Amino acid sequence: MVGRKTMELWVGLFVAAGILALAMLAFKVGNLTSADVINGYRVTARFDNVGGLKIKAAVTMAGVRIGRVTGISFDDKTYQALVTMDIDGRFKNIPKDSSANILTSGLLGDQYIGIEPGGEETYLKDGDSIIRTQSALVLEQLIGQVLFNKSAQSAPSK
Amino acid sequence: MNTLRALGGIVINSVERLGRASLFLYEVLLGSWELIRRFYLVVQQVYAVGVLTLLIILVSGLFVGMVLGLQGYNTLVKFGSANSLGLLVALSLVRELGPVVTALLFAGRAGSALTAEIGLMKATEQIAGMEMMAVNPITRIIAPRFLGGVIAMPLLAALFSAIGVLGGHLVGVGLLGVDAGAFWSQMQNGVDFRDDILNGVVKSVVFGVVCTWIAVFEGYDAVPTSEGVASATNRTVVYSSLAVLGLDFILTALTLGEV
Repeated sequence: MVGRKTMELWVGLFVAAGILALAMLAFKVGNLTSADVINGYRVTARFDNVGGLKIKAAVTMAGVRIGRVTGISFDDKTYQALVTMDIDGRFKNIPKDSSANILTSGLLGDQYIGIEPGGEETYLKDGDSIIRTQSALVLEQLIGQVLFNKSAQSAPSK
Repeated sequence: MNTLRALGGIVINSVERLGRASLFLYEVLLGSWELIRRFYLVVQQVYAVGVLTLLIILVSGLFVGMVLGLQGYNTLVKFGSANSLGLLVALSLVRELGPVVTALLFAGRAGSALTAEIGLMKATEQIAGMEMMAVNPITRIIAPRFLGGVIAMPLLAALFSAIGVLGGHLVGVGLLGVDAGAFWSQMQNGVDFRDDILNGVVKSVVFGVVCTWIAVFEGYDAVPTSEGVASATNRTVVYSSLAVLGLDFILTALTLGEV
């Protein structure tokens, strides 16, 4: 058996290394540093098609994350999708006539909401909704359109 | 008729064992309270169970991470997404392989040693001797080992995952030429603290409780002969492994079911 002092030293080292490993997992591997939205305010937007947008997806402006999507539901009066998002309280000066677009990161990446600023002097506040929206790009529809255009072009030349 | 009777005997036996094991766990938990005053006993067991298991955990974690890096790269490169290698390695380690492989190694390395130690103490009548001296063997012998295992297991699993990620980094970035920035940033984007990392920690705590419980119970319940100790050690490894794999499915189904 080893002496008491050495044993305590080893146990201390072991526990410290274990906690260090947990911390590394939390900060280096996980994303604990990018904390959740604090003091956020809630904004809604209606989209004709949300595509593959998911809850917790990022809301960005100029490519920087400023909030996240908290809910997606279907409105059976307008046949549109109602997306609610929390925007970080630090960013209060988003013009009311800004537009929300559903974008894709990379060719096959996750979908997120990008907000383009408008020009109005009044700003979005809690409970407001973004009127101008642009739906998700659905790959199948895009391919369908390209094929349709191709056949329309080639038809008269026959 | 005889086979039916044998079946009934097996069922009654296993239910009885389960009941004894539960009562035993209750007594151990009661005994753990009194250990706060004599914490050095637990430190001793953390050394025996944790520190001495460290080497096998670190080496296997490194190699599991490196193999994940190689295998993942070869699959991902077919889809042109070799940059997600970090995410693949981290998620599979943190969610599954870290807790499960650590628990299996823990059962083989530490669990079997615990069972053999306690079983031998019983066979050489040390436990009966303690009872004679009015020392409660559960508080003095079993509870420190149980607590030591429960404390050591999550730490070992975290070390396994962390060194596995480094192993994946070593192979992916160092050997195969994946971009280091993409490796880490994809990982940080995809791994959620609550859903993935805490989930893995919860799993390893549960596995720690179950593995140590089985190990100390099998030792305490062993037939006090050399044959009895051998079969108890054998049962510890088999039951712990089965319990870990079965519980892993249940825990994964519970946590992924909500999404």
